[in-house]
Amino acid sequence: MMHMLDSASLAEWLPDDTDAADGATGFTRRGFLKSAAAAGFVLAVQLPLARKAFAAADVGIVPPGDFAPNAFIRIAPDNTVLFVIKHFEMGQGATTGLATILAEELDADWSQVRTEYAPANAALYGNPMVGGAQGTGGSTAIANSWMQMREAGATARAMLVAAAAQRWKVPADKLTVSKGVISGPGGKKASFGELADAAAKLPVPTEVALKDPKDFVLVGKTATRRLDSKAKSTGTAMFTIDVKLPGLLTAVIARPPAFGARLKSFDAKAAKAVKGVTDVVEVPEGVAVVATGMWPAMQGRKALKLDWDLSEAGPKSTEAMFADYKALAAKGGGVTVQRADDHAAQMKKAAKTIEAVYEFPYLAHAAMEPMNCVAWLHDGVLETWGGHQFPTFDHMLAAKAADLPMDKVTLHTLISGGSFGRRANSWSDFTVEAVHVAKAIKRPVPVRVQQTREDDMRGGLYRPQYVHAVKVGLGADQRPLAWQHTIVGQSIIAPTPLAGALIKDGVDETTVEGVWPTPYTLPSPDITLQSPTQAVRPLWWRSVGNTHTGFVMETMMDELAAAAGQDPLAFRLAMLKDQPRFAGVLKLAAEKAGWDQPLAKGKARGIAAQFSFHSYVAQVAEVSLTADGRPKVERVVVAVDCGVPVNPDQIVAQMEGGVGFALAAALYGEIEIENGTPKQGNFDSYRVLRINEMPKVEVHIVASGEAPTGVGEPGVPPLAPAVANALAKLTGQRVRRLPLSRTTFRLT
Amino acid sequence: MVTFKLNGETREVDADPNTPLLWIIRDDLGLTGTKYGCGIAQCGACTVHFEGAPVRSCSLPLAAAAGKNITTIEGLQSKAAQAVQKAWISMDVVQCGYCQSGQIMSAVALLEQNARPSDADIDGAMAGNICRCATYQRIRAAIHAASAELTA
Repeated sequence: MMHMLDSASLAEWLPDDTDAADGATGFTRRGFLKSAAAAGFVLAVQLPLARKAFAAADVGIVPPGDFAPNAFIRIAPDNTVLFVIKHFEMGQGATTGLATILAEELDADWSQVRTEYAPANAALYGNPMVGGAQGTGGSTAIANSWMQMREAGATARAMLVAAAAQRWKVPADKLTVSKGVISGPGGKKASFGELADAAAKLPVPTEVALKDPKDFVLVGKTATRRLDSKAKSTGTAMFTIDVKLPGLLTAVIARPPAFGARLKSFDAKAAKAVKGVTDVVEVPEGVAVVATGMWPAMQGRKALKLDWDLSEAGPKSTEAMFADYKALAAKGGGVTVQRADDHAAQMKKAAKTIEAVYEFPYLAHAAMEPMNCVAWLHDGVLETWGGHQFPTFDHMLAAKAADLPMDKVTLHTLISGGSFGRRANSWSDFTVEAVHVAKAIKRPVPVRVQQTREDDMRGGLYRPQYVHAVKVGLGADQRPLAWQHTIVGQSIIAPTPLAGALIKDGVDETTVEGVWPTPYTLPSPDITLQSPTQAVRPLWWRSVGNTHTGFVMETMMDELAAAAGQDPLAFRLAMLKDQPRFAGVLKLAAEKAGWDQPLAKGKARGIAAQFSFHSYVAQVAEVSLTADGRPKVERVVVAVDCGVPVNPDQIVAQMEGGVGFALAAALYGEIEIENGTPKQGNFDSYRVLRINEMPKVEVHIVASGEAPTGVGEPGVPPLAPAVANALAKLTGQRVRRLPLSRTTFRLT
Repeated sequence: MVTFKLNGETREVDADPNTPLLWIIRDDLGLTGTKYGCGIAQCGACTVHFEGAPVRSCSLPLAAAAGKNITTIEGLQSKAAQAVQKAWISMDVVQCGYCQSGQIMSAVALLEQNARPSDADIDGAMAGNICRCATYQRIRAAIHAASAELTA
């Protein structure tokens, strides 16, 4: 989701510094800059890390006898190895990934590894790829932690070895470590737990040697399995919806029936009469009905009498928005993303042009666990339990909502039932509304605000609607001469604190990524952007701008290849200059898919690739049609180059999941709005993929020694264009509008 | 007062008999393995066994459970259940994991009825369970693996 940015830009968004709340944890602009600088977490500052920021005392209370050499590792005398995980787990496997890297350099035994999620503390657990704020997004969890976790693990290992050397009075280089056991001459052996106390008394080394990658025993091995499979296969994993606290109440909020609607008045009498309802309170989000359980809360909400002012409800309709956007695109103008001086001259020379206008709908994330958060105001403090994907935002905004200094606010970060971007947002909507309700009931009782599926799906924060208009001029040889491209749609970044870093000269780079920059050598480009605003809040959605730019670029490549009478793969390769990794995944996917082999009648292959989040992914989709003209995606071959594959099986899982998630949106995904109200509210109207529609997915990982890059999002972008390219081959019909369910296809 | 058996134990609940069983199980009886996902029997996250058959507990009123045997993920014990959970764990089926209790309840019910399901049988039994992480390929593979173990 988010891209590289600097801490200064993030700090711009933070409230003005009064320094009144600026204690060790007071999160203010100046405080943030100070802590970010102290920790060395600013853009482009790489490791080694400022070790003084990793004082063990900051990890919480470390029991005597435990060995806690840094903020990420704690080894107890009972030989458990606890890793503090600084990234959010929404299913993408970050927990297992970070633990793998730590365990690798520590040489811990996988079975002794335990994990817990880091508290909100950007100085210790910040992400340099999001400006030093603590947050998970942009497929950066492994990428930003790779060297940091290696160093943390290696440091702990060196200290354990030093402790053993001291105890056995032998030189450290005579000792070996394997699977959590240190061995010395004469058959001496000691577990980490046995050495924890002694290691804790040693100084933390300032320099440690890292392993030679050829000696890795966990990284890059498929034997390293997920740490959460058992809990999640037995119903014991705890999500926000499962939090139990003494006296915990459940609230649902009656929310505006349309974007822009305002509450005029309400009558709570009948709601309060529902058995189990304890409170009905007005909050900025609407009217909250608080009860002893979910069902009475829902019944109470149903019984509310609400009067809404709909005079400012909007947008009028998503169809009208498409018409507006197409008119804007046709009119031209906007800000220039990239323009070659000779664009007009080259376009004039064109013997022929290919023009296309593409339409992309609003998309809901529709994570399986509807948004929720528990908030408890008691004894002058606030505690929250939730899927705090971006603790820095959530911490600050929860404190603001509670009117408390940040050091009186504790976030308990839990795993979440998916996110796909939804739980990382700079409004911290799901956290803040829980704090509002906890405050409004005016007593020290914990409250869970639980959104229903409809609340979640109709609540906005969508992948925005977009229109692209493309015109490519071809020379007499049918090769592209000039490329004109206009994008119209809401800026995701504009309303966020990242605006300063990611919007340059009016261009939101997340709207244009994949069109510009692109790995392809675009001839004489003229690329412009228009970013209208709407009453619907926009949000990044798994792979952000690549969700639409990838579709446009990769389907246009096929159209251009067809115009040039060339094979789509060969055409792409000819458009690439000095892009060996991009070309590499294209060739690998094609080879593994049998690109040159004939297919049974009624089937066709399509290819597409996208560079996103510093990773390269190509996909070949094999597609047929059902009897009623619907696409059936039968097989998808994926090639991925994401640098060192830390957990190969989890990379495979993210590619499989990326394909399925992308296919759901390609086939069915669409939020339509009429008079400010989304039509789709649940899985009956917002169709998602089911098991019978899941293609066979084969994943091939490029062997690489490059630093690891993202895999959570990059599996998504190539799927829809690969399918559309196959459909064009099968039917001759070019897809200009998603989802595919809007088109009936006919075999040619 | 409604009485039914939950995971083999007799439970008495004093609640509105129209309350969906899902919320009785979660809020009144404190078993949270069964999840809420849609409330309209579309996603299957709330799947439990009702006299051995998979049902969506979000759409089953408490009254319908009177005198019946209800099993949740916490109460799974059968050989099929053990084989399914073992396959799920060894193949790392899960991602976010939120839907997986429901997936497993549907898979266990399938294998208890049909120890050698075909791909089409799996589609039929599992199409009511949505997984937004799209772990479907591994779900299918794990059901086949559990089937192989059960029929070995």
